[in-house]
Amino acid sequence: MTDTADAPALSIAAVSHRFGSKAALQDVSLTVPRAAFCALLGVNGAGKTTLFSLITRLYDSTSGRIAVAGFDARRTPGKALARLGVVFQSRALDGDLTLRQNLTYHAALHGISARKAAPRIAEVLALVDLAPQMDARVSTLSGGQQRRAEIARALLHRPELLLLDEATAGLDVRARADVLALVRRLIAQEGVSTLWATHIFEEMESADHVVVLHQGRVLADTTAGDLAGTGTLSEGFMALTGERA
Amino acid sequence: MTGWSIAFGGIARRELLRFTRQRERFLAALVRPLVWLFIFAAGFRSVLGVSIVPPYKTYVLYDVYVTPGLCGMILLFAGMQSSLSMVYDRETGAMRSLLVSPYPRWFLLGAKLTAAVLVAVLQVYAFLLIAWFWEVRPPVIGYLTVLPALILSGLMLGALGLLISSGIRQLENFAGVMNFVIFPMFFASSALYPLWRMQESSTLLHDIAAANPFTHAVELVRFALYGQLNPAAAAITLLCLIVFFAATVFMYDPAKGLWRGKKGGA
Repeated sequence: MTDTADAPALSIAAVSHRFGSKAALQDVSLTVPRAAFCALLGVNGAGKTTLFSLITRLYDSTSGRIAVAGFDARRTPGKALARLGVVFQSRALDGDLTLRQNLTYHAALHGISARKAAPRIAEVLALVDLAPQMDARVSTLSGGQQRRAEIARALLHRPELLLLDEATAGLDVRARADVLALVRRLIAQEGVSTLWATHIFEEMESADHVVVLHQGRVLADTTAGDLAGTGTLSEGFMALTGERA
Repeated sequence: MTGWSIAFGGIARRELLRFTRQRERFLAALVRPLVWLFIFAAGFRSVLGVSIVPPYKTYVLYDVYVTPGLCGMILLFAGMQSSLSMVYDRETGAMRSLLVSPYPRWFLLGAKLTAAVLVAVLQVYAFLLIAWFWEVRPPVIGYLTVLPALILSGLMLGALGLLISSGIRQLENFAGVMNFVIFPMFFASSALYPLWRMQESSTLLHDIAAANPFTHAVELVRFALYGQLNPAAAAITLLCLIVFFAATVFMYDPAKGLWRGKKGGA
């Protein structure tokens, strides 16, 4: 086995993907270093979800290379997936079950026994400020709490890379800020790297690493400050893509 | 415990928890065959005499004949129900989070299938208990020997459900599947009437029923309930299980089938 400790958390090189005759991704490359935040900016339909589906192996990537913490997603999918925590756009927690039951189930999916998972569940719920809700049914939690619970779920197995697909979609301004602050804190505290896909540009800070994905191509790989120039990030994005953000 | 057994245990526990949370589902699953037993079978008792055919050693009442068929019905509905939940899970993120587990897909799908079958087998035993009070009383040993038959039949029907679920894009299409799969499978089988009786009225129907995997699942259960093995039925059920499950794994493979060519998210 190669030494993977120095490998970036995520490395995507020359990845293309087609749906029939339509090219969904063309020659996409990007790197997320260790313990870093990277935002994937794009309007709906830019290919963000397709890219996430390739990284998580919902689709097979046939061209290019994707590696999670140095593990090739195609040749060693088990090892790559074990190092990956994902928060999907759609809800993954079971509303009928309690938070604890849900998290115990998801720990088991990563081969962590209920006994071993118990302290970790308490730990991740404390991280996302949901410790008191541990035995509440998920359906009784607010939208923002459910999102934070999804993040706790994705962190259970101590992943090296966290993927968040429109994690703040459908949340109010306050809850959105809370979720983003939480993710930034996790990067600092837990050293987990994050790829954050979004179409809400106001969330970014000027020092943030941003990758602009538009019509399946990477148009820019820079910082939010550089992309914004003298205006706002949305204006910088519009100047680049010729589209309204 | 190894990681594999932990993962399986987790999937099975979730299936059980969900089931106990939905008590209406358990009642519905139990009432359905009981309606058939108490009403349909009682009505037919006098119309349809069943002569002495294996595994029965005496003339049996229609209630007795139809009981294994109703066990099959529970397994059939449970199999389709679990596939329905797969389609539902796919519309939410639950399926995605299952599939991003580092364990291979055949294992995850197999674990989900097996867990659903264990729940269905519990329903069958609850039904058999009530049937006992209705004086449908197979030999005591039958309650034990029927267990592997129920598991094998349940796995086969569940695998068929999974295969169907992989072909369905949306939840709304599922009602059609119920009409085109469950009812034909149930009625064109040996669940309600013996094959030889069917032949008297229609050779074609007899041939269809003889080719129906559900017939063989029912016959496997019928013989096992009387402590006997029907090797042909067991072999066909096992073969169907292998074919259906292999096709399901193919459909859920990231390189082919289900996810390919589908635009956007799942």
